Formats: sequence, structure tokens, C-alpha cells
Amino acid sequence: MTFKLPELPYTLDALEPVISKKTLEFHYGKHHQTYVDKLNGLIKGTEFENADLDTIVKSSQGGIFNNAAQVWNHTFYFSSFSPKGGGEPSGELASAINSAFGSFAQFKVKFADAAATLFGSGWAWLVKNKDGKLEIVQESNAGNPMCKGLTPLLTCDVWEHAYYLDYQNKRPEYIEKFWDLIDWKVIESRF
Amino acid sequence: MAFELPKLDYDYKALEPHIDAATMEIHHSKHHAAYVNNLNAAIEGTAEAGKTLEELFKGISKLSPAVRNNGGGHYNHTLFWKVIGPNGGGQPAGDLLAAIEKDFGSFDKFKEEFSKAGATRFGSGWAWLVKDASGKLVVTSTQNQDNPLMDVAEVKGTPILGMDVWEHAYYLKYQNRRPDYIQAFWNVVNWDEVASRFKG
Repeated sequence: MTFKLPELPYTLDALEPVISKKTLEFHYGKHHQTYVDKLNGLIKGTEFENADLDTIVKSSQGGIFNNAAQVWNHTFYFSSFSPKGGGEPSGELASAINSAFGSFAQFKVKFADAAATLFGSGWAWLVKNKDGKLEIVQESNAGNPMCKGLTPLLTCDVWEHAYYLDYQNKRPEYIEKFWDLIDWKVIESRF
Repeated sequence: MAFELPKLDYDYKALEPHIDAATMEIHHSKHHAAYVNNLNAAIEGTAEAGKTLEELFKGISKLSPAVRNNGGGHYNHTLFWKVIGPNGGGQPAGDLLAAIEKDFGSFDKFKEEFSKAGATRFGSGWAWLVKDASGKLVVTSTQNQDNPLMDVAEVKGTPILGMDVWEHAYYLKYQNRRPDYIQAFWNVVNWDEVASRFKG
């Protein structure tokens, strides 16, 4: 199948001042689009030509994996945000976070630490494991936790392109502001 | 003795328009400085204190990620600031040019191979021109802050030219256009410095 860049559920300037319009123009309009285009080019004539994105992410390697996983990861990342985001989760997700990490505040500290200490390019993830428990994991480059049998719930992109125009070397500031954008209703539905 | 951030031989604005002053300032005074500080913190009071970077790299697989990442970061950036400069560009001469022509066919073919190594390094890392143990020149790339002196490197040898392709090296000016940065990089290469590293 031919993949398309998914539409954003908000305008490019809707996440300011946390993420600038300029950053989204490049991050969504160029980086995400390029991963989509490259993936479409790479799968032509291969066993993945008619596969869905989850299947490609779970069973490919090399360039096909890198581009497929980056399409998946960015779609997941961008759809976690809302201009009216922030606050805290409720219901079963809130209980699961409390049971795994002690409190929402402690979860935020651990997740922020995973995002800040991932060396180089990559992603920090909140995932649900096979026992239904929550974990925080780091993945380098295009890494995606589905490949390890984990269910992704929330991710923070810490490739420098995600924050460099707005925060330069100050990755921790980007991570701190990232919480203001999270649409917890979306994260709860993934749980 | 603790490691120190080296001073640049030129102003932050000296590489304009190829590399902009804002990028140079943040790259040197923030990113490189952080590698130096984190490296010193990682080795202070350990058996590694007092060793040279080259000594650390030979056994890097047995050391902590903090030493590998920050030691590599310090070495790689120190080399980078030297192999680029104002009045750079053009092409090498003498023995280095002869060696490049012998091992790559021509200077243009070398540039093509080196540019490709930089453009295709997925994520963060470096492209290198390396003199291997037999004296042969080889192009390679490493991820993150690894380098060809490390025991973990696929291609080992003495780096004589390095190009930083972390996004922080070019994002303020070139954003997603890494190939444009790579093309501009050739205008700032200090071939005299590369030649002196080739001689060893």
C-alpha cells in the first residue's frame, strides 16, 4: 500500500509556545513527510509492498525499518498532543501509573530522565508490558517498543530536530514543557 | 589532570556563511563544553583518571557509557575544530592528494564517498577519513560519539578528517537539509591540518 502523511489534529501554530510553528513545519512537513516518501519508495517490489505499517515495523530491517518505524513513531507522537493538553491522566491509567511508579509526579521524573539521558537520537516511551504493567523504555534512532512485544502509550521524540530550533542544546527544557501538550484522553484510550 | 575545553583558532563567525556563528557558539561553548564536564565527572576518582583519551579508547568497551560518550564527544569535537577553518576548502596537495588518488581513484570520488557516509549515517554520528594500520586511507562512519580509535569501531585507524552529522552541527542553518550542510562543509576543510595528521 502507499502510505500518506496523516493530517494533524491541530494547526501548525497550535502548540506554541512549547513547540513553534517553524519546528512543526520542518518536523511534520519535512522530516515526517520524507520518512513517508522514502518508505513508499523502498517497499516497492518487496514483500512489504502490500503490508500494513505495524507489520512492516515489526518484521523489517535496515532502511525499510528505519523509515517505517519513523513514520509510525512520528504519527504516534504528533497525535498525543492537543493545544488544550496538560494536566494529569485519570481512571485506570492513573491507577496503573501510581501502581508502577508510586505517583504521577514520580512517573514524570522517571520518564523525563529517560528522555534526557538517551544519548544521541531516539525516543523515550511509556509502554504496557505483556502483564499489563507499565514500564518506561528508551529506544535509539527509529527504535519502536512493539518490536519487543510492548504496547506503546506515550512517547517523547528526543532527536535534536524535535527541539533544536526552539531549545537548542537545552533538551531538559523541551521535556519539561512537553507535558503541557499531552492529551491524556488519547493516552488513556491507548491504555 | 582534568580535560579542558580547547579554545578555537578562529572566531565563531569566521566560517560564515558555511557554518553560522550561532551554531558555532552553541556547538563549542555548550555541546563540547558539556562533553568535557561530563567526561571529567565520569573519570574523577576512578582508575581512568590521568589516562589520555587515546588510552581510554583502546579499552572503551570495558568502560562506562559516560566515558565512551563524553570521551568520544571531547576528542571528536577537538579534532573537528582543527580540521575546519577560515580560508579552507579547495583540495589537498602532495602526499595526501597522492594517497587519496591511489585509494579512491580521484579526489572527486573520495568526496563523493565521504559525503555519502555522512548523508547516510542514520541518527547522530560522524563521517571519517581514516588512515588504517597499513597506511591505507578508508572512509567510514560511526554512530553517536564513537570514533575509529575505539576498540568498538568497525573500521579502526587514525582519523585525519571528521565531519559531525549530529543535527546540532547544522540544524539552525540547514534544518532537514543535511546534504546542503555536507556540501558547504567542503568549503571550510583545512587541508593543511588534514595533511599534517596524515603524516602523523
